[in-house]
Amino acid sequence: MNTHHLQERRGRRLGITYSAPMGLWLTVFFLVPLGIIILYSFLKKGLYGGVEWEFTLSAYQQMFNPNFMRVLFRTLWVATLATCFTILLALPCGYAMARSRNQVLWLALVIVPFWTNSLIRIYAWIAILSSEGFVNEALKAIGLISESLPLIYNQGAVITVLIYMYIPFAILPLFTTIDKFDFQLLEAARDLGATKAESIVKVLLPNIRSGIITALIFTFIPIFGAYTVPLLVGGKDSYLIGNIIVDQVTKTRNWPLASAFSLVLTVLSTIGVIWMMTSNASEKARQKSVVQVADTNGGLS
Amino acid sequence: MNGKGQERIVKKKRLEPSRLVEEHKGSSGPYRIPRNQVFQDHRKFGFSNIMLVLVILFLFMPLFVVITYSFNATRGMRWNGFSLVWYEKLFFDSKELWRAFGNSFIIAITSSLVATILGSLAAVGIKWYKFKSRAYIQTVSFLPMVLPEVIIGISMLIFFTAVRIPLGMFTIFVAHTTFNLPFVFLLVSARLDEFDFSIIEAARDLGATEMQTLVKVIIPSIMPGVMSGMLMAVTMSLEDFVITFFVSGPGSATLPLYVYSMIRYGVSPVINALSLVLILGIMLIALLFRRFLKTIAASS
Repeated sequence: MNTHHLQERRGRRLGITYSAPMGLWLTVFFLVPLGIIILYSFLKKGLYGGVEWEFTLSAYQQMFNPNFMRVLFRTLWVATLATCFTILLALPCGYAMARSRNQVLWLALVIVPFWTNSLIRIYAWIAILSSEGFVNEALKAIGLISESLPLIYNQGAVITVLIYMYIPFAILPLFTTIDKFDFQLLEAARDLGATKAESIVKVLLPNIRSGIITALIFTFIPIFGAYTVPLLVGGKDSYLIGNIIVDQVTKTRNWPLASAFSLVLTVLSTIGVIWMMTSNASEKARQKSVVQVADTNGGLS
Repeated sequence: MNGKGQERIVKKKRLEPSRLVEEHKGSSGPYRIPRNQVFQDHRKFGFSNIMLVLVILFLFMPLFVVITYSFNATRGMRWNGFSLVWYEKLFFDSKELWRAFGNSFIIAITSSLVATILGSLAAVGIKWYKFKSRAYIQTVSFLPMVLPEVIIGISMLIFFTAVRIPLGMFTIFVAHTTFNLPFVFLLVSARLDEFDFSIIEAARDLGATEMQTLVKVIIPSIMPGVMSGMLMAVTMSLEDFVITFFVSGPGSATLPLYVYSMIRYGVSPVINALSLVLILGIMLIALLFRRFLKTIAASS
């Protein structure tokens, strides 16, 4: 009610004055560049990078090159696998953190590696996995192996490091949602005769659905567009779509093709975000009705 | 008082199951809860706690390895005795690295300052007033957070080339401000959700002008949100590699770019030493700003 009062009194001019600088900044430096990418994807490739002003769909035709399709499917596979592992590992972590008395300590322990420079973290994995790295040298020192194991520059290394890099992105939203969850509901479910597994699947998970979806989006999308990890710990046959896009910009200088790929990724991400926002909205609506929660519990026995 | 505030107070007062047990221990009152039932999901060595410890170890293990080998006397990952030689090299013989560090620092401070000011103002505008382009600004402030970095980097590279702005410190500053803005906006918006409007009314009733209300009432009370936004912006700016990679020009290498150029040639003991310095710095920041960690977690 107070809000309404204020709005009436001071009108909309102030709101626009406050928000316009950011709105303008993001329009000019984020939306316009995206618009240029959309435009470029329909133009002809210039000789030395850049574009020629001639409408063509050739960039989109080039996308269906079997090599690119293979990379696209590999990216989907790697991103799905890495995201699943990440979420499965992050869920119990978020739960344990939310129930802990030392929330801030655990948060700090998750955030410190997360804030450490991503290149340093990837580098650390190179130091561990490479043929003269920590693991191989240690195994040689105890005499278990005489030749280095091929631990790096393969898909397994890419997936491991991707999980490593993005697990905080999943833990943090899961923690935040589970922290708001009323744990007494779990006890209620148990009292009504649910097993431990039932109470988690039927009471906890539905109630933290929005957190799970946020975690999914915030891991799947960046992993899908990952560039540095496959570049530094992957081999040629574990390149992902991000590497293709960058190569099109820096090496082959095919800007329309890079733009077309970027556009596909953008559309994909946008769909994900819309899904997340609608599910968050429905979650809020759900939380308002206590009746439904009671229904969930009742349905258990 | 709005509904949300009341909800929070209720939540704080709510008895935790463990506290319930403690309070009713020994009493044979009707509300006694059997110990095993309450603790079933709260055991110290339960599955989730073990997973948490394992994941934390997983997160720290690579960093520990690198830090340990920063004290190695020789190059490579075979231990050859303790030495501080790589720290000497890092601090006294790495001019380029420190120049890159300086660049990173300048960009982080400037871009996070601009992002904090613009983002906080926008949050105030969006949360408190209704106007036509509100939905537009909210959408445009959300997308940059979820788009893969590669796309933001490439679109900015193409944009700067198209409008003929030479790549360098300025373009890095613009790019960093752009990806920092949404996070500040989000954090401050979250803070504003908890804001008590009556204090503005009070200020206005007591004759404060719009400017005075902003400076003396609004800004101080949303400061925690602003601070966590700025902290987030600084760390993200210092951290960013992919976007910077595309929009940097000659002589404007930031620390991540410099590290990248070094690790392309394999294990480098100076980078090992640098890791420890950076991790200590981050631990210090996390310690100083521990109050804001929960807010930051909620935004990422």
